[in-house]
Amino acid sequence: MSATFVGMPPFPAAAREKLADAQLRRNLAHATSTIRARRAALVAEVEASVDGGWEALRVAGAEAKDTALRSLDRQLLRLEETLTANGATVHWARDAAQANAIVAALVRAHGADEVIKVKSMVTQEIGLNEALAAEGIAAWETDLAELIVQLGDDLPSHILVPAIHRNRAEIREIFLRAMGEVGRGAPADLTDAPAVLAAAAREHLREKFLRARVGVSGANFAVAETGTLVVVESEGNGRMCLTLPEVLISVVGIEKVVATWDDLDPLLRLLPRSSTGERMNPYTSMWSGVTPGDGPREVHVVLLDNGRTRALADEVGRQALRCIRCSACLNVCPVYERTGGHAYGSVYPGPIGAILNPLLRGVGHSDQIDALPYASTLCGACFEACPVRIDIPRILVDQRAKIVDAHRGGLPTPEAVAMRTAATGLGSARRLAGGERFTRLGLWFARRVGAPAWTSARDLPPAPAESFRRWWKRTDGGRR
Amino acid sequence: MRVALMVTCINDALFPRTGQAVVALLRRLGVDVEFPAAQTCCAQPMINTGYLDEAVPVLRAFVEAFAGYDAVVTPSASCAGCARHQHAIVARRAGDPALRAAADAVSPRVYELSEFLVDRLGVTDVGAYYPHTVTYHPTCHSLRMLGVGDRPRRLLEQVRGLTLLELPGAAECCGFGGTFAVKNADTSIAIGTDKARQVRNTGAEVLVAGDNSCLTHIGGLLSRQRAGVRTVHLAEVLAATA
Amino acid sequence: MFGRRRTAQTDEHGQTEADGLEPAVNAREQILADIRTALSGGSGPAGSAPAVSGPAPAPGTAAPSSPASGGPAFSSASRPVARRHTVDDLIALFAERVADYRATVTHSPTASLSDAVAAALPAGASVIVAADLTVAVPGALVDDGTSGAADLDRIDAVVTGARVAIAETGTLVLDHGPGQGRRAITLVPDRHICIVRADQIVADVPDALAQLAPSVRAGRPLTWISGPSATSDIELSRVEGVHGPRTLIVIIAT
Repeated sequence: MSATFVGMPPFPAAAREKLADAQLRRNLAHATSTIRARRAALVAEVEASVDGGWEALRVAGAEAKDTALRSLDRQLLRLEETLTANGATVHWARDAAQANAIVAALVRAHGADEVIKVKSMVTQEIGLNEALAAEGIAAWETDLAELIVQLGDDLPSHILVPAIHRNRAEIREIFLRAMGEVGRGAPADLTDAPAVLAAAAREHLREKFLRARVGVSGANFAVAETGTLVVVESEGNGRMCLTLPEVLISVVGIEKVVATWDDLDPLLRLLPRSSTGERMNPYTSMWSGVTPGDGPREVHVVLLDNGRTRALADEVGRQALRCIRCSACLNVCPVYERTGGHAYGSVYPGPIGAILNPLLRGVGHSDQIDALPYASTLCGACFEACPVRIDIPRILVDQRAKIVDAHRGGLPTPEAVAMRTAATGLGSARRLAGGERFTRLGLWFARRVGAPAWTSARDLPPAPAESFRRWWKRTDGGRR
Repeated sequence: MRVALMVTCINDALFPRTGQAVVALLRRLGVDVEFPAAQTCCAQPMINTGYLDEAVPVLRAFVEAFAGYDAVVTPSASCAGCARHQHAIVARRAGDPALRAAADAVSPRVYELSEFLVDRLGVTDVGAYYPHTVTYHPTCHSLRMLGVGDRPRRLLEQVRGLTLLELPGAAECCGFGGTFAVKNADTSIAIGTDKARQVRNTGAEVLVAGDNSCLTHIGGLLSRQRAGVRTVHLAEVLAATA
Repeated sequence: MFGRRRTAQTDEHGQTEADGLEPAVNAREQILADIRTALSGGSGPAGSAPAVSGPAPAPGTAAPSSPASGGPAFSSASRPVARRHTVDDLIALFAERVADYRATVTHSPTASLSDAVAAALPAGASVIVAADLTVAVPGALVDDGTSGAADLDRIDAVVTGARVAIAETGTLVLDHGPGQGRRAITLVPDRHICIVRADQIVADVPDALAQLAPSVRAGRPLTWISGPSATSDIELSRVEGVHGPRTLIVIIAT
């Protein structure tokens, strides 16, 4: 696999390219509107059936995550203790390279040259598949959408449905071309019916499930109190990877920890409704270390930082660590719906990606990252949809300020000059008779700075004969 | 009750008729609104683009202009939202307790027009007459930042002669987004084009919203497409009489 | 670093290449130290670790359900969000919700469960059951833990009990205790017949978690099953049956 987000241009340019793809926009509009409708119906159901409605559940979900984040060091130590007591081995990794090296060393130690993988955002974040490939270890993605992306040498464009940008005809073509190169090929009479394509994936992956000796997963939640990891999925590929291999390695971001077993309650009610628009996803697996005679004989957990402590230090942004990767914010985002995920240049696209990337990686050193917080109209639909009440617009605005601050002291951009000029004018208008100068400044700003980008497809309104304040002065507020 | 009009920078420069409509409407309802001449801007363009230091002098001008009023009424949910939810951020940044106290005193008194009419004046029938077919776009900041809910609709439903047509996908953003409209012009236009199509499909003569910034964006697209749909601010509809 | 799919090895921390797991010890201390620094820094509420969520929604945009007045304060103690009404007929709701997932639901008196199971099995199907299943399934292979995945792949069906069932979500939860067997036997065969006693059905997720707490504390794995395996990965069009059992038959024993 050689597809990469490296070198992706900043959002405005990447978006322009994607906007020109009419097929992509049709796929996205169909997919996001379908899933929005499903989610809305279930939220309405909860509204009627639960005390305090959906909002009470959101507040409880946010509180469950915050409880753990406020005492994250203690929760992780507790998790390490309970996991170890349950027979698991705990590893710690500060960054992608450390985590990848740990996984590779474990796979090599068992003499394996392949792993089967549960869909996991964090292993994409750290580039695990590519790191393993460099060690001669094949990593097979087993989630259907991830398989489509992997076989198509493609990049994921959605958190939940990474191949959302592909339609059935494209998927059929990818299966026919690529399946046979890495295992059991697709049948020659493959049609593009979703059920037929899913059946081909079942056959293709079956042999890999049955022979694999090492499974790799992430985790949706890690319960400190009981030393339990939780994986939420639909297809059963997760159960296969978590049950059949002798060795299971789970890479878990440190923000995945929750304090108690009971804390799972709001989260398990919020996640499936927000992500797939189901009351409950088909399969949820929970395991607490090693169970003799059942499942893997060796269980490893790699606790990963990779920027999470950086995000935790950000007082406004730290609430983003509550994210449970449901992707509801993507599905309601007017920007995501038009551009798709690739334009964000990260495995985390959409509104959550627009804050998570700068929070995890820092701002002021990459034009690509610095453009992300501006890839939003601040319409607030993401916050409204977020099941754990992450105030994404607030964080976007805060990240914008951090980006501007990071560039202060350098050569000012035309935008910075305009803002400074405007600030001087607007701040001093009270000392100027009638504020007329302010009005002229406003008009200058609107016509000179914004006009070229504005008028490519939009007319500007005609300028009025006089400003409001001049009218007010001339007519004494309309009284004469 | 001393009531100030915060006309907003865009309305002052480009849409004086909206400000005039608020004045006429409030006078008709018995409110003698004042216009503090020292007002300039709410500072939202700076804040939402990340220029917090630059927002500080603008906030100082704002609180000086509007100090002492019982209510500050503005025909913009976006600017009202900025005053209510973002001025505290700027004041904190300035590190000036006096500015913070001044902002805290003014912020909660800032009302978007429909909130002021329905909540403070307790009216939904403002005695307007507007014999046109209208569709209404509830702007994002009115819905999700201020939570004005159905107040604008309740006001429109009482306007005589007015036929209100349902706008499909009404709660979805129009794609304006302040500086987003120029920083990400292509995406902004793509979102707006879908909104403009929904507006055209209603068959309405007039698109009404409570914010001229969104209307400038959608209206600019409709005008370029020669769609024949006019954009009119909610205040101007409510001020109209037979 | 993330967002880059193949460059992790070139990171400045690439020293982990040859020395295997050794740096993990330092990583642990570093991460814990970084967390403590992150939580103690800045100007959070005086005298306490800064609240991650604070007492009220941060300024910015307020959710519609928490209007501009500030919205509900976060509760300091987590308590379950309860149902508005008790569910009158748990069995009916459970059956309806399971059927929503296109699983098959049947009802059977406890005394005639063997017949109900037989009716759910195609003629000539090979069947596996857990050693301690209390319902007789004539001809079934009793799992002794020795069958590997490839062996299980040649078996058509599995019959088990469950630990708890959730009416609201139509979910079965197995804790792989008595009558349920190890995880693999309910995963690899293509047809899962699951017997639920009516008194095992609870209203909603919090009730189930309460019932399952002893199982988890005993270290048991849990499998939550809501309908047959499914995917919506192709144009969000739902397809039942991918890798897990493609047919799920739930027998409610009354």
